Amino acid sequence: MAKSDNELENVGSAVTRSGAFENPGFEAEHQRVADIDPARADKTERWISLLFIVSIVFTVLAAVAYNVFPIVEGDPQSIRNNTMFVGLGIAFGLLAIGVGVVHWAKALMHGHDLVEERHGTRGEESVRAKAVEIFHEANKESGWTRRRLLRNSMIGAMVAVPVPAVALFRDLAPAEAPQEVLNHTIWKAGVRLTRDPNGTPIKASEVTIGSAFHVIPENLLEIEEGMLDEKAKAAVLLMRLNPADLKESADRASWSYDGIVAYSKICTHVGCPVALYEQQTHHLLCPCHQSQFDVTEHCKVIFGPAARPLPQLPIAVDAEGYLIAQSDFLEPVGPSYWERAL
Amino acid sequence: MSKLSHRSGRRHPLASVALLVVGLFATGGTYALFTGTAAAESSEVAVATLEEGKKLFQANCASCHGLNAEGTNAGPSLIGVGALSVEFQVGTGRMPMAGTGPQVQTKPVQFVQEDIDSMAAWVASLAPGPAVPSADELEGGDASNGAELFRINCAMCHNVAGAGGALTEGKFAPHLKNIDPVHIYAAMVTGPQNMPVFSDMNLTADEKRDVIAYLKYMDGNPSVGGLDLGALGPVSEGLFIWIFGLGGLVAITVWLTAKSN
Repeated sequence: MAKSDNELENVGSAVTRSGAFENPGFEAEHQRVADIDPARADKTERWISLLFIVSIVFTVLAAVAYNVFPIVEGDPQSIRNNTMFVGLGIAFGLLAIGVGVVHWAKALMHGHDLVEERHGTRGEESVRAKAVEIFHEANKESGWTRRRLLRNSMIGAMVAVPVPAVALFRDLAPAEAPQEVLNHTIWKAGVRLTRDPNGTPIKASEVTIGSAFHVIPENLLEIEEGMLDEKAKAAVLLMRLNPADLKESADRASWSYDGIVAYSKICTHVGCPVALYEQQTHHLLCPCHQSQFDVTEHCKVIFGPAARPLPQLPIAVDAEGYLIAQSDFLEPVGPSYWERAL
Repeated sequence: MSKLSHRSGRRHPLASVALLVVGLFATGGTYALFTGTAAAESSEVAVATLEEGKKLFQANCASCHGLNAEGTNAGPSLIGVGALSVEFQVGTGRMPMAGTGPQVQTKPVQFVQEDIDSMAAWVASLAPGPAVPSADELEGGDASNGAELFRINCAMCHNVAGAGGALTEGKFAPHLKNIDPVHIYAAMVTGPQNMPVFSDMNLTADEKRDVIAYLKYMDGNPSVGGLDLGALGPVSEGLFIWIFGLGGLVAITVWLTAKSN
């Protein structure tokens, strides 16, 4: 190689390889302590066998710990001790074997550097000719190119095999159009606002200034199937501010009641529950990505990645003084999706 | 030098140290004895006199809250906040305030309990407000129900394990570990600073007791999963696994590939 590199120098002006990097080859053979001094080798052997004995000890300790620290029902501390000591025993039992084996290989087993040349990938001519011959033979015997009807109908049959899978997987899609599910919640006119989790209705007079109520619709707890799916859309945060602090737009002035406002708790960014309400600044903070909403201005976004204000639930008070919804949310709650109209 | 290092045979080398220790104990003991009697006397005299409370208030709080607690530009009116607010604000050391900032923070309590009680009594006498509950109103709740209520109403700010969390612009929800039950109760009722109010019409007195029971249960029972690393979630856990988990892997890799001596 070195010779051909030197030749390149004289070929033209463009390519000069005079400073070419030369393969330094292997370093000189490294003599380990154990190779030179048999006494040290014996000492290393004893250390490694000590590691294996340590492994046995820890493995036995793991088994003992399971009985010494039993799991007592109703006592979380006992679970913690049981898992910790059993886990430590097994972990150190395995670790000691691993360290011992690696140390054995590194310090005592033969450490000579070894070169294994890679062989060429191209087969010998006779082998290649034989392979071609097998293909020709197979074609002749099966009639693959001669009996074209047979061949094509078989290919057709194999292409048809995945068709049932298309029908099966197609049925995994939601039965209803997804936008219908996403566009609406179970809030509707006259549904009472109730406390999460026990479902007791809330009177307007009970919501004092500075309060924050976590609200579910009255009809939520009646749902037997898919209750959590509905709750995930319908969750609402109810707050009362000093009415003078609210800067309501004219078309939404009738959506609140004497400073009481209700907003969807589902962030318009990616749907985390926005419920970190600061009652003096009237800011709502989403804990996931720090979007901030200003409750005094219809929960407009004042910071963070959310793209839209939180949807407001129009509320009113019924004859008995309980808070009710005027209607469903007038826009889809939660994060954006492809079919979202707004 | 030689004179100083010379010791007479009669005195033990440590005699002066021993004398010092005896002297310190004597002064300390006498002091404790005297102050002890003083405290006993004052508790006898101070049946939370309104007059005393008013004087303490005017001496320590009036510069911000006004001489008659009517409020100034520097601090809100305290008329109608009740004894419970005073107990919370002064009893946790938040008041008197050390300085302005995004949020008033706890510090060592500045008053003895009698003084807090008399200030609270005076503030409560100005207008009706929430009172300090008795001890048995705070005990015996259902921790399991309290945990559900805590997850719904409190956990988003205070963290599900009560470890606290960040709010906006430098404010934060404080941790709730080893907090006096009366202060947990007071925080729910009075809604201090940016915390929303959870009146008895939102969380009933029983439900508040359940929430307190849950927090006390958390105080008394360590994390089942081992070290909770402050229960701060991915921040502390991530830091731990990046430093010790990956650090350990790097160390093992270096050892595996290093040549033996």
